[in-house]
Amino acid sequence: MKAPKSWILEYVDVPDGTTTDELTARLTLTGLKLEAIESAGADISGPLVVGRVLTMEPEPQKNGKTINWCTVDVGDANGTGEPQGIVCGAHNFEPGDLVVTVLPGGVLPGGFEISARKTYGHVSAGMICSARELNLGEDHDGIIVLPEGAGEPGQDARGVLGLDEEVIEFEVNPDRAYALSLRGIAREVAVSVAGASGFADPALRDTPAADDAGYPVRVEDPSGCPVFVARTVSGFDPSAPTPDFIAQRLTASGMRPISLAVDVTNYVMLETGRPIHGYDADKLQGPIVVRRATDGEQLTTLDGTRRTMSVEDLVVTDDSGPIGLGGVMGGESTEISETTTRVLVESAHWDAVSMFRTGRRHKITSEAGKRNERGVDPTICEAAADRVVELLTTYGGATVEPGVTVVGAPPAQPRVSMATDLPARVSGLPIDTDTVVAHLEAVGCGVTVDGATLTATPPPWRPDVTDPHDLVEEVVRLVGYDTIPSVLPPAPGGRGLTRPQQLRRRIGRTLAGAGWVEVVDFPFVGEGDLDALGLEADDPRRTVLRLSNPLSHEAPAMTTTLLPALLRTAGRNVGLGAGSVALFETATVTLPRATEGAPILPVDRRPTDAELDSLLEALPEQPLHLGLVAAGEADPSGWWGEGRPVEWSDAVEAVRQVADALGLELTTRPAALAPWHPGRCAELLLGGTSVGHAGELHPRVCTTFGLPARSVAAEVDLDVLIEHAVHLRQAPTFSTFPAAKEDVALVVDESVAAADVEAALREGAGELLESIRLFDVYRSEQLGEGRKSLAFALRFRAPDRTLTDEDTTSAREAAVALAAERTGASQRA
Amino acid sequence: MSGPNTEYDPVEVTPLQAEQVAEARDAAIAAIEAAADLEALKQVRLEHAGDRSPLALANREIGALPPQARKEAGQRVGQARGAINQAIAARQAVLEAEHEERMLVEETVDVTLPTDRRRRGGRHPITLQSELIADIFVAMGWEIAEGPVVEAEWLNFDALNLGPDHPARTMQDTFWTEPADRHVVLRTQTSPVQARTMLTRTPPIYVACPGRVFRTDEYDATHSPMFHQVEGLVVDEGITMAHLKGSLDHLAAQLFGEGIDTRFRPSYFPFTEPSAEVDVRCFVCRGVDADADACRTCRGEGWIEWGGCGVVNPRVLVACGVDPERYSGFAFGMGIDRSFMFRHNLEDLRPLFEGDVRFSAAFGTEI
Repeated sequence: MKAPKSWILEYVDVPDGTTTDELTARLTLTGLKLEAIESAGADISGPLVVGRVLTMEPEPQKNGKTINWCTVDVGDANGTGEPQGIVCGAHNFEPGDLVVTVLPGGVLPGGFEISARKTYGHVSAGMICSARELNLGEDHDGIIVLPEGAGEPGQDARGVLGLDEEVIEFEVNPDRAYALSLRGIAREVAVSVAGASGFADPALRDTPAADDAGYPVRVEDPSGCPVFVARTVSGFDPSAPTPDFIAQRLTASGMRPISLAVDVTNYVMLETGRPIHGYDADKLQGPIVVRRATDGEQLTTLDGTRRTMSVEDLVVTDDSGPIGLGGVMGGESTEISETTTRVLVESAHWDAVSMFRTGRRHKITSEAGKRNERGVDPTICEAAADRVVELLTTYGGATVEPGVTVVGAPPAQPRVSMATDLPARVSGLPIDTDTVVAHLEAVGCGVTVDGATLTATPPPWRPDVTDPHDLVEEVVRLVGYDTIPSVLPPAPGGRGLTRPQQLRRRIGRTLAGAGWVEVVDFPFVGEGDLDALGLEADDPRRTVLRLSNPLSHEAPAMTTTLLPALLRTAGRNVGLGAGSVALFETATVTLPRATEGAPILPVDRRPTDAELDSLLEALPEQPLHLGLVAAGEADPSGWWGEGRPVEWSDAVEAVRQVADALGLELTTRPAALAPWHPGRCAELLLGGTSVGHAGELHPRVCTTFGLPARSVAAEVDLDVLIEHAVHLRQAPTFSTFPAAKEDVALVVDESVAAADVEAALREGAGELLESIRLFDVYRSEQLGEGRKSLAFALRFRAPDRTLTDEDTTSAREAAVALAAERTGASQRA
Repeated sequence: MSGPNTEYDPVEVTPLQAEQVAEARDAAIAAIEAAADLEALKQVRLEHAGDRSPLALANREIGALPPQARKEAGQRVGQARGAINQAIAARQAVLEAEHEERMLVEETVDVTLPTDRRRRGGRHPITLQSELIADIFVAMGWEIAEGPVVEAEWLNFDALNLGPDHPARTMQDTFWTEPADRHVVLRTQTSPVQARTMLTRTPPIYVACPGRVFRTDEYDATHSPMFHQVEGLVVDEGITMAHLKGSLDHLAAQLFGEGIDTRFRPSYFPFTEPSAEVDVRCFVCRGVDADADACRTCRGEGWIEWGGCGVVNPRVLVACGVDPERYSGFAFGMGIDRSFMFRHNLEDLRPLFEGDVRFSAAFGTEI
């Protein structure tokens, strides 16, 4: 809400010398926040003065234009007192007129610098200004001609034009809708600024009594439209100009002057907060009826849009059908035009919820709608209408027609009771009952106190005050939020971070310590992303939760996998010149469930456990995932020699390090799943539970995402890992007897998984086996095509004795025998 | 050694003469002194102190001497051998020291060579900032509560006194999921976590809720469809706005430095009443020199807009099953990304979400 300072001070006095900064600082502290202070002339600098045209000589030019060579008296403003010679292209003035002159050295809006320059055969030392050149309006048909007596030649023109006016822009919260008017802002100044006095309510005026002689109006839905006031004027001159003070104030407040009739309704809306609608009364057919629309009923609104209405919309109708979307926007058929001479003024109070719904349904944001949906003082309909009538008669030559239509009455104000000490208990400030009463009365409440209970009747412009805590805020903001002391609450002994919270930190530190860099991506995904991963048509990751209103139609759903964003981010880094990248991300993914949807539960009590369960069960599963991608070198090259390129095992190992940090051991088995290389993808298992996949990316996926060949990735479910993390680790015991080492090399088919051979060896070796480690994989012509040799180092140890050669030999033989049986392994000679 | 061998037939043995022993000893010591390196010394040891060395051979013959001569000869040979061994040990020590010194010189490397054989990792600064904030609350005895980002409409709005027709709903541009009649949204705030906490726990409640939230804002230097918030909720007996102020002052001082406090301005949020906007004192200029050009961080205002807060609206307590007659509470919320931006002098938030490794890596593992 923008408000010219002088307009505010028309209704309230502040102590002499109160600066705009002091005024706005105080208003900000009591809840009307300063957004900006503008001054209309801020982008004009240098000499802008009143001038009197002494002579003007029309000089036709070759290009068909006629320019005027003028001499202008600018007093002493040019330093010489001599008349200033200026070329002017406008013709709407004559010698003797007072004009606005910018002299050399001046700068006009847009950074337009004025200097003496040669043009049309003269040296033109300045410019005679139009309204548009000064950003005062759109009018460029001619220059500004000031009324006689507006100023003396040489005088600064800023004051004359109102360019020195400061306009204060406030941020108005939903609970302060009354401040969407000068009336409300001035009242707020009166309430909160020390020493302010003499508040004059612009909506307080004597209005003629209602009678039956006015335009016939019937309201069929009094809850939707509790008050409807209609007044009519005739003999209005549609060509009458809008007076400067109205045009300037509208412009300063951010509204465009249109025509006197429209401008007057807007002016009164700004002044009182009450939206007004004007109809061309000659276009009305029969009585006005306010009702809910019928389904499918149509109306063309002022903005030229044909709208189909719903049964929830309130419409103003006449015999022709709907003529306005009540309280939101008028209709085209009865719009005031350049031929309108008879105006019906509607000043009606509308149900705020209905206004909000209609505005949202038709996607209309209007100044009227904005006020009506936040709540307007229902008691000032007659005053506002009367004010419009006054302005139309004063400036438009209109005559008031007899008759005042008033249908309905403002609803009674609800009363709110509270304990007198509630403001003190809520704020922590010692606020006594007298202070509570004084502040509530200051904001307009009627207050009675009965013992320890206070009952307040909020003023009609405060529909937001409905609860005891609303009264508390009014009291505390005027006592001053800045007086609230700073006291730490006495929290009980806390339990610290939960186990999953600690483990998530541990996972992040583990990966960062291992050289991975964390990134954060948006969780939005599209069909194209899933295609780029090469997912099969029936891949469950294609079942996504879609958004109704996505920002991008390329990514209209919540992702089921972290990989598309992570691969894209890695590709972008590579594109930016990063030779090697290793990225990780931990975030939840969204896995939809078939559900009925989440109920909207009551709010006047705690939902039952069953209701809560139904709410929570309606939500998709959102497991926490870990995604990893690496490209380029795992270990960098350097003076020490060649680096090591990343390979599938780096992705698996990173996940294993995470598991290890949680005290867990993962096993692997071959898998074929997009977006991985079908021969280089490991499924990671915790016991028998799959937790995710890791390995080398499919070559096509690398190409698609701009990643180097052989880039690797992993994605695992961290919730499963965290759930099974070892909480209380047991202290180990060690044997102090010597260990015995045995190496075995086993030849198997290529297709045999090393993990299976190792598992067989481990099981076959029995209890004496302390550790087993695969230390070499060897292929040769000797072994033959499709065969490989796996070399394992076995370490045996007994808890209670030194092992004999026989012990270890038999354990080794048992291990090899089981491996032979399970995997067809033969011992290499 | 058993008793004297009486059956032994003694023969004349010469090397036991004193001169000969001294000669052998001197020859050995000269050779030891002459040994130039450890290898040479090893050879000298074999020749002069080994099993076949003259004195070793002489020593064997001592047993054959008559008892009187035996003692004298034994002493003589023993002393000579002792002297030789001492000389060898001394020489050994000298040569070893020389060797070590030479080796250390030979093994000198250029220690200014680069040593970055391992990739450096890093955690995302927003993760770190969230943890830092969480730690501040945990140190106050609070706990960290969490909830899902895809949330029930009722928990995100209705339970927080934002009914279906509340004008404030238009202040938050919400992502709705399909179909809309399932009433599931991307949470626009972390407040549903507060509702969940009140619904599942009994007071006293002291929790902070950091997390991701979503609004349908176009992505630019100061807006993002996804950002991070931390909210706080306290519900206990006798809680006042003074406790709210105290908690936020403490957070400000911990996060931005000793002496940094907050300022409240009346505002409006459906879930709190009374409500306030919180400004934090500019930690760069401390508001001392409130000159428009003086401070880039606060643009000369001395205060930075930080978040919103207030006393939990009793309607919210009722919907969440807390007795408003017995308990009162406060709640607050602020942007983690925004706090990070002014704490770390970041003017454009987009680097937070674009995954350039140079950005995350710059913050390492702690901030």
